[in-house]
Amino acid sequence: MAALDQTQVKEGVDQETVDAVREVSTYKYGWETDIEMEYAPKGVNPDIVRLISEKNEEPEWMTEWRLAAFERWTQMEEPQWAMVSYPKIDFQDQYYYARPKSMEEKPKSLDEVDPKLLATYEKLGIPLKEQMILAGVEGAEDAPAEGRKVAVDAVFDSVSVGTTFQEELKKAGVIFCSISEAIKEHPELVKKYLGTVVPVSDNFYATLNSAVFSDGSFVYVPPGVRCPMELSTYFRINAENTGQFERTLIIADKGSYVSYLEGCTAPQRDTAQLHAAVVEIIIEEDAEVKYSTVQNWFPGDENGKGGIYNFVTKRADCRGDRSKVMWTQVETGSAVTWKYPSCILRGDDSQGEFYSIAIANNYQQADTGTKMVHLGKNTKSRIVSKGISAGKAQNTYRGLVSMHPKAKDSRNYTQCDSLLIGDKCGAHTVPYIEVRNNSSRVEHEATTSKVDDDQLFYCRQRGMDEEEAVALVVNGFCKDVLQALPMEFAMEAQQLVAISLEGSVG
Amino acid sequence: MALPQAKQTATEERLAALTMPDAGCTRKAREAALARVREMGLPGRRDEYWKYTRPDTLVSTAAPEAAVFNADEPSMFHEFDRLKIVFIDGVFSPEESDDLELEGVTIDRLEDICCKDIHWAKELYGVLEANGQDPVQRPLAALNTAFASDGVAIHVTGKPTKPISLNYRHASETSDAILHHIVRVETDAEVTILESGPAASRFNKCMEIDIADGGTLHHVRAQGRDHQRRAATHMFTRMGQESVYKSFTLTVNGVLTRNEQVVELTGDDAVAHVAGACVGDGDFHHDDTVFITHDAVNCESRQVFKKVLRNGATGVFQGKILVKEGAQKTDGYQISQSLLLDDDSQFLAKPELEIYADDVACSHGSTSGAIDETALFYLRSRGVPTDDATDMLTLAFLAEAVEEIEDDGLADVIVSRLQDWLARRR
Repeated sequence: MAALDQTQVKEGVDQETVDAVREVSTYKYGWETDIEMEYAPKGVNPDIVRLISEKNEEPEWMTEWRLAAFERWTQMEEPQWAMVSYPKIDFQDQYYYARPKSMEEKPKSLDEVDPKLLATYEKLGIPLKEQMILAGVEGAEDAPAEGRKVAVDAVFDSVSVGTTFQEELKKAGVIFCSISEAIKEHPELVKKYLGTVVPVSDNFYATLNSAVFSDGSFVYVPPGVRCPMELSTYFRINAENTGQFERTLIIADKGSYVSYLEGCTAPQRDTAQLHAAVVEIIIEEDAEVKYSTVQNWFPGDENGKGGIYNFVTKRADCRGDRSKVMWTQVETGSAVTWKYPSCILRGDDSQGEFYSIAIANNYQQADTGTKMVHLGKNTKSRIVSKGISAGKAQNTYRGLVSMHPKAKDSRNYTQCDSLLIGDKCGAHTVPYIEVRNNSSRVEHEATTSKVDDDQLFYCRQRGMDEEEAVALVVNGFCKDVLQALPMEFAMEAQQLVAISLEGSVG
Repeated sequence: MALPQAKQTATEERLAALTMPDAGCTRKAREAALARVREMGLPGRRDEYWKYTRPDTLVSTAAPEAAVFNADEPSMFHEFDRLKIVFIDGVFSPEESDDLELEGVTIDRLEDICCKDIHWAKELYGVLEANGQDPVQRPLAALNTAFASDGVAIHVTGKPTKPISLNYRHASETSDAILHHIVRVETDAEVTILESGPAASRFNKCMEIDIADGGTLHHVRAQGRDHQRRAATHMFTRMGQESVYKSFTLTVNGVLTRNEQVVELTGDDAVAHVAGACVGDGDFHHDDTVFITHDAVNCESRQVFKKVLRNGATGVFQGKILVKEGAQKTDGYQISQSLLLDDDSQFLAKPELEIYADDVACSHGSTSGAIDETALFYLRSRGVPTDDATDMLTLAFLAEAVEEIEDDGLADVIVSRLQDWLARRR
């Protein structure tokens, strides 16, 4: 954290903010688990694709699907448009499959899982025991009983180690398992939905993922079911020179509800590692999905060495009328982030929300944002993005709001704010706004002013002094984003609460 | 990186249809510009910078035909005391123009800058355009530098008493004009430059403006009413310390217009305001592309763009504020708004910020929507007929951009032209 310590902090940026950023930037998860691993040969080719498929004991159609994706990938070029720069990735110098030796025989229950793996997750604060209360979450005792439980799918390098609470979820009709299991157990669902939100040929990294994804999570919530607990996947990269390619597929059938959490960490290493995930969410009529991420991959050291390249495609398809999706992300890790969780608002009256806090320090580069594609009538979307840059980091918000001709009476509101700590970092905003009908309203704002002048004026008119007014408005606003996070992430989010937006730049 | 084959072919086809004027002292600059065009290739549909505007008809070998709307219509600024310089289909007309004599300013035709040995002009021609190619390529401007067939060099040394008016008339249905002007405003000098008229069936215009410390340039432009005309214009402005640049553009009609403004604030305490109002009806595509670079301390920039669109018209805004490292105390403001009068029209915007300095105040906003029903209701409840109320609200919407014009007389002309449009197209 040398970089930040030496930074001259501008007047007006309060110490709490600086400390909070510093705290977040100290990487606590850089240790490594010493465990015997089994690798596929380095590089990617049809044989590796077949091997991964075979290791997962996949049916023929899945293997074919992967091979077609690989074929497509060889014809694609790496995207260059993001405001990030990194040395060229040698895609043949990576391992595409790594699993702990002890996972060769899939354990039948959590009791059979290698204790070393369990200890790893324990150390990360992710208990794989089916206990009632998550360790150390303040205030959890007061929460309603069903809110306290979190089912976890733990992914270690290329494989899912185990999924908790499966039985209890089954009773409610909810399917929560690893995607490799789902391909075997529920092929009809996977076949019906896989690749329908993020098509095989969507983009370079998504196509690569389609060919080589090794595991990930699968969720199906049947009609009318409110998922009895939060679902969560915890991704851990441990092996060296290994790319992690996971695939998540979430289906919320008519009138259902599910809240899904995702966390990720990796050991501290000198060489950069690749992580290219795909998340697909399908939301039917009246259903609602909340997807929250605390992304804390190893960001590289203070000299910019190592770290994870996080090239992720996440998309939710609000197919049914009145369906709803909410993305919340706290992005603190990764050397390079390239991530745009998006919403396709296809059903009438559907809603998409995107709340994001991205913190980049040292040599981190974050290019992140969202797409809101309004197709249905009376659809609504809201984007709130906060970018914080320190050290020599670059932070970019990149987003699209598109109102199609048939998306009558739709609404979008976008607000992006950035905060720069130090004069060697950068903050950028690249919004695309496409309005193709006149009954929709689109508003985009990115302001420097510490708080909205009107709000400030209102508070001052009520007798507050300027500082009080600023504190009130900023606090209220920041909490808006953080409160969107489920309680289980409160621990990590708490570190960010103190961040104020003073001295921010649009 | 080699150009894609299709792009290279299209570029070479276009170049084959052009002849470089025998231009003596600008020859070197022109050849360098030609090399730039070959390296970049002309814009194509897949270029990110042309995402919202199809460049096909701007780069085709021949200009698409465009009917002459009203050749006899007087210049918009004809009631003003001004020094008039007239181009007909991109060719200077000595008969229609005034004597190029005015105190505080020297005006020469581009072709004369060599024989008169005008140093500043030779040193400026193509230079700002070349600078403006990074970080975003503007091949049409390089094409202009290479092949411009006419233009003027304006050297402002004092404070001329009247504005210089460049009037572009359109006479032939197939004219394809390429004009290149260069302007140098010396220390503490001040000038107003007006531009008006449809110019040609297809018009490629480039203006390079170099404003020295303390210099001021006001620019007011009204692009002509010919429905079928096409235009791609570039203004490259370099600004010294405490200099001022204020530009306003009104666009009414024209099937395709792309106006690019590239402003670089290189001296401390400089002020740049770039504004535009456009009203479009039917087959109308208007694109404002602005790139403002802050490379000095305590500078101010403002971008205000308003578009009123109906009957399937398209408005595009691509604006960027780049604040370089060290450009502290920057005040950058950008607003782009559209008023869509019916359901067929569209507004596409990309308002960008790229900031590498921490002590700055930069903001941007962009909105799009229909007429405010509440405001309309209010006016109607006060007895104003719907059509009049709509006009009032439309004018009020455009006012923020028109207010950027400092000269009230000029602003009034613009407002009356907007009123004409509203009355005519109802």
